[in-house]
Amino acid sequence: MDQHEAALKHLFKQEFIKMVAVISKLYGLQHIEIAEDIVTETFLLATETWEHKGIPLNPAAWLYTVAKQKTLQYFRRNKIYAEKVMPQLSLQQQEYEEMAELNFSHQNIKDSQLQMLFAVCTPAIASEAQIGLALRILCGFGIDEIAEAFLSNKETINKRLFRAKEKLRNEKIQLEFPPESEIPRRLDNVLHIIYLLFSEGYYSKTQNEILRKDLCIEALRLGLMLTEYVKTNLPKTNALIALMCFHTSRFNARQTGQEASILYEQQDVMLWDQALINQGIHFLNLSAQGNEITSYHLEAWIAYWHSRKEDTHEKWENILQLYNRLLLINYSPTVALNRTYALYKANGRYAALIEAEKLNLEHNHFYYLLLGELYKTINDAKAKINYAKAKALAKTQTEKQGIQEKIDQLGQ
Amino acid sequence: MNQANEFVFLFRQPALNQSPEKQEEIQKKWMDWIGGIAAQGKIASNGLHLTPDGSVLKTGGVVTDGPFVEIREILGGFIVVKADTMDEAITLAHGCPAIDEGGSVEIRSAFA
Repeated sequence: MDQHEAALKHLFKQEFIKMVAVISKLYGLQHIEIAEDIVTETFLLATETWEHKGIPLNPAAWLYTVAKQKTLQYFRRNKIYAEKVMPQLSLQQQEYEEMAELNFSHQNIKDSQLQMLFAVCTPAIASEAQIGLALRILCGFGIDEIAEAFLSNKETINKRLFRAKEKLRNEKIQLEFPPESEIPRRLDNVLHIIYLLFSEGYYSKTQNEILRKDLCIEALRLGLMLTEYVKTNLPKTNALIALMCFHTSRFNARQTGQEASILYEQQDVMLWDQALINQGIHFLNLSAQGNEITSYHLEAWIAYWHSRKEDTHEKWENILQLYNRLLLINYSPTVALNRTYALYKANGRYAALIEAEKLNLEHNHFYYLLLGELYKTINDAKAKINYAKAKALAKTQTEKQGIQEKIDQLGQ
Repeated sequence: MNQANEFVFLFRQPALNQSPEKQEEIQKKWMDWIGGIAAQGKIASNGLHLTPDGSVLKTGGVVTDGPFVEIREILGGFIVVKADTMDEAITLAHGCPAIDEGGSVEIRSAFA
């Protein structure tokens, strides 16, 4: 793809989400597929026209004008406008023509997108479908890209999106900001979806690094969108953003081309993005207001300590205490394993081994990897047995190879 | 899967005046101990911590203020854990920092 093409693709992706949000806001979420079609047609016309005449000075304004015309044409032609939209507007002819016109002002684009975020993150839709829908409607990803991120195929993704949209229709989800009393509950769901979206990018198994980074950046963008409104700019919102900044700061260091992600201990500090770390600290400070401590707060603080490379006792003691607290509100096997690793770094091998033996995570290869690591120097034979179990359970060839190297290092 | 039974751990320990450093050290012990139970996925509720002062209402409307000099150990707080049997709950209670401080853990089976 040449530079020109890439720039167009980027522009279309950006404008897709704005235009779909604005059109859906005016004509209702039940017409979301029509909105997508109209925007796609607009891009098609843009590509054809611009190829001959060159890109206009203000390409976004050009797109909005065409989209307005196409939308009006569509809704008039299909009588939706006449039968459904007009009767509801008991106004003078000219007035409702104006009201029915799409409003692509900066403020309305922002508002529409935020409302779309809340509409898509309704608890009515299963979260897997929600992430797909969020990627399509809120982030402008193509079906092929979504399929790649999920390691799935286009048909499956299309079906999933279709069902999600059907749900939006059947449940009569409105494209509007939820009433004030509902914001706290709905915001939690929105934050959770953004968190899942980010994790999808950060931990995705796809080899496409650009796509994965795009996913993370889009999740970050949605989070930042929430900070522009008083009601959604809460400490937990800032905590989630801080968490995403810290993780994204290590994105370049984690990559090794085709190889598996580089382990934390082997990462090149020079590749850590200091600007993002500073952003993370900024949002972490903002998150410290109020009394509520969410799992986003604790995870952000853990990520903060990980962004400091010095291997001090203070660092690991802090991480351990944060994991202790995280486990109390949000248990998962991964958090339990990470906590035990922090215990090893803070309290030593023996203390961690006693705790590790109690975890009973028999089907988890990271569990045996941790046991192998802890038994090293205490009992190499046991270390080897555990590494071997980890190798047998590991899912990819790269992982198995990495574990074999650990076994070989132990010697006979 | 069977719903695990719930047990309440009631912590009692002598009220001691300790240096801030010592208090911090004890606090870490508590967090590491509870974190260990949480890492096994066996915390049902993080319970509540009690401050040492309070009041006791007795027959005839007699109110006494804390600290409760008549009791050697004061109730410091509680947590709720998930365990299949009383034996398993007792095993989980081992290593509780209250015991190191000359206190105790009372383990009680609980129902709603």
